[in-house]
Amino acid sequence: MYQDKLMQESIQKVEAARAENIKLDPRRMTAEEKEKLLATYHPDYKQDEFRVLEVGPNKGEKVPTELAALLQANSRVAGLNLDLTKCDYETDVLIIGAGGAGCSAAIEAHNAGAKVTIVTKLRMGDANTMMAEGGIQAADKPNDSPAQHFLDAFGGGHFAAQKDLLYKLVTEAPDAIKWLSDLGVEFDKTADGTMVTTHGGGTSRKRMHAAKDYSGAEIMRTLRDEVLNRDITVVDFTSAIELIKDENGKCAGAVLMNMETKQILIAKAKTVVIATGGAGRLHYQGFPTSNHYGATADGLVLGYRAGARLLYADTLQYHPTGAAFPAQIFGALVTEKVRSLGAMLINAHGEAFMNPLETRDVSAASIIRECSDRGNGVKTPEGYAVWLDTPMIELKNGEGTIEKRIPAMMRMFGKYGIDIRKEPILIYPTLHYQNGGLKITADGQSDIENLFVAGEAVGGIHGRNRLMGNSLLDIIVFGRNAGKSASAKAKTVAMPEKLTLKHVEEFAAECEKAGIKSDIVSPKLLPDYARKA
Amino acid sequence: MEQMVNVYLYGKKYEVPASLTIMEAMEYAGYQLVRGCGCRNGFCGACATIYRIAGDRELKACLACSTKVENNMYVATLPFFPLVKEVYDMEKIKPTQQIMMQLYPEIYACVGCNACTKACTQGLNVMQYIAYAQRGEYEKCAEESFDCVMCGVCSSRCPAGISHPQVAMLARRLNGKYIAPHCDHLDDRIKEIEDGKFEALIENLMQKPLEEIKELYNTREIEK
Repeated sequence: MYQDKLMQESIQKVEAARAENIKLDPRRMTAEEKEKLLATYHPDYKQDEFRVLEVGPNKGEKVPTELAALLQANSRVAGLNLDLTKCDYETDVLIIGAGGAGCSAAIEAHNAGAKVTIVTKLRMGDANTMMAEGGIQAADKPNDSPAQHFLDAFGGGHFAAQKDLLYKLVTEAPDAIKWLSDLGVEFDKTADGTMVTTHGGGTSRKRMHAAKDYSGAEIMRTLRDEVLNRDITVVDFTSAIELIKDENGKCAGAVLMNMETKQILIAKAKTVVIATGGAGRLHYQGFPTSNHYGATADGLVLGYRAGARLLYADTLQYHPTGAAFPAQIFGALVTEKVRSLGAMLINAHGEAFMNPLETRDVSAASIIRECSDRGNGVKTPEGYAVWLDTPMIELKNGEGTIEKRIPAMMRMFGKYGIDIRKEPILIYPTLHYQNGGLKITADGQSDIENLFVAGEAVGGIHGRNRLMGNSLLDIIVFGRNAGKSASAKAKTVAMPEKLTLKHVEEFAAECEKAGIKSDIVSPKLLPDYARKA
Repeated sequence: MEQMVNVYLYGKKYEVPASLTIMEAMEYAGYQLVRGCGCRNGFCGACATIYRIAGDRELKACLACSTKVENNMYVATLPFFPLVKEVYDMEKIKPTQQIMMQLYPEIYACVGCNACTKACTQGLNVMQYIAYAQRGEYEKCAEESFDCVMCGVCSSRCPAGISHPQVAMLARRLNGKYIAPHCDHLDDRIKEIEDGKFEALIENLMQKPLEEIKELYNTREIEK
């Protein structure tokens, strides 16, 4: 139900051209065309939106302005005069964050016999994992191979991925699917058990496994249920606001804060896993986001202040298809699976202006070009947008496909009177994923001994762009990996005795020396959307 | 001039733009949310909300993140509901009818009032999936309950004290693990990887000069 006159006129053009458009398979761009497109239109290339870090392990490198402000901000523990000899929690493995990576790590650490404590600033499962819709990649079909998966991901990430991490990702992918399946995660299958798989942008084989378009939710709720079935301590509505080290500079715990009462708590641990997720709620460059309420890059701040290096913190993923209309769902994710199932990207004049399955960075840049310099966007209250012609899905795959394969999308738009089976939808890129993060080795450890990292807080697995379905995969593969490594390491070390926050003071001193004056504290923990009177 | 409506948050009146969701209206009113706010897009169930429009006898339930405000809407959020979650070992339980009787016997006390279905924020047929669970038809229960976000509104309305989302969670896990057809090609591939079938292939690829890898990537065949 589109009531705007210009939108209605544009829809008529989309409908008139649909029968012809549906027959098209627009050619893929050449490598040169893609490079030029990205350099001109992708937000990562806008130099004035970045700032060079003046302190810390990545001094001299550029990161988004909003992130730089948080990395070089004041600590929340400054001036608190904490007594670190009294601990509220003592555990083998402390996991910060209870999304897909944190819960996978917890389950594997528990399997290995470790005492595990999870802290999470909201509820367990309040995470980007819950919102992942489209699917999870694994090369498990006869026409596919881990090498093919490697090539797709390595190329899609602009040949920048850390090869050892990507090797692990693709070779352990089938086992990750099996692990989930054995936990009871449901996957779309045919009657004989064959996985129903589709393409994602930039895949050369159909290896996207899904649970309708609730893939992440199905995985997350199952992992959460499994954590609750075990003797794992879950401390919810409690954030980590600083890492703690021992006298030898090894990670030894964290300072925690109750999100409601603001009570400060001390957790001592033999090993720590950062699984705090992404940064969409920092709204880089003013973009809307498909991310969870708590996605504020906390783990990057904690790790950086403790001396852990970041990798590719200057690259973000803007998902090409964020909802652009109506305003109530502005920025919400429209899963790539909509394009996997055959919907094409159409401009205001009814033209199919690109192949709908280019990689995400290329697709996003192409849509931005269409809506800016080319002037082919549809005017919306928030700006401009292009059409995603969803009715094509049922023309190609038969009636009922949308309800069966993408029920969440049908529901999301249906709530606002738009029937995606009959009407196309308006989309524009939305801030979706943090490609960069803390640098790790193949065992999941950061630059700091006994500090492990998993999930979206890691940088380097995907390089400078990520393919659809490789993030749900990475949280499982590297979440499990971190849990195994952190519990194995915990067996070899004694419970730390002398705890210290000296590194926090040293970082503050370094900032002062560099002449940085900040009036904010970090980690940010939550965005501030409350209207000020 | 933007059209405004009156909403009553926990009984207190605020004037907010009519285009906002309930969650946005709370923020517009000045609330900094900690509880009752999650994915902000209908997937996580954090923002279960009960409301009544003045003059209407019916009590309605929704997710605050994906429901528009209405004039004279009285709103109470339900950021937590004490569901019963039983503990079980997935390796030991089996998809028999008995397992539901053991873990969630209260489902047999269902009085058929259908309040759960009427309250469901996802529009699911909740009473029907409980009926499937009663009969041990876990595949059907899993399918019928699949879109559940576990917000707990159904349970808040249930006179029999059933924790519907947890019953459905168990049914889906039983279905995913034991009932759904087994995937043979997945086992085959895992075995092949264990046997080292792809090691040489992928290591060979990784060691190639960058220009060669780029060439391979740019000319790779894409499955139709």
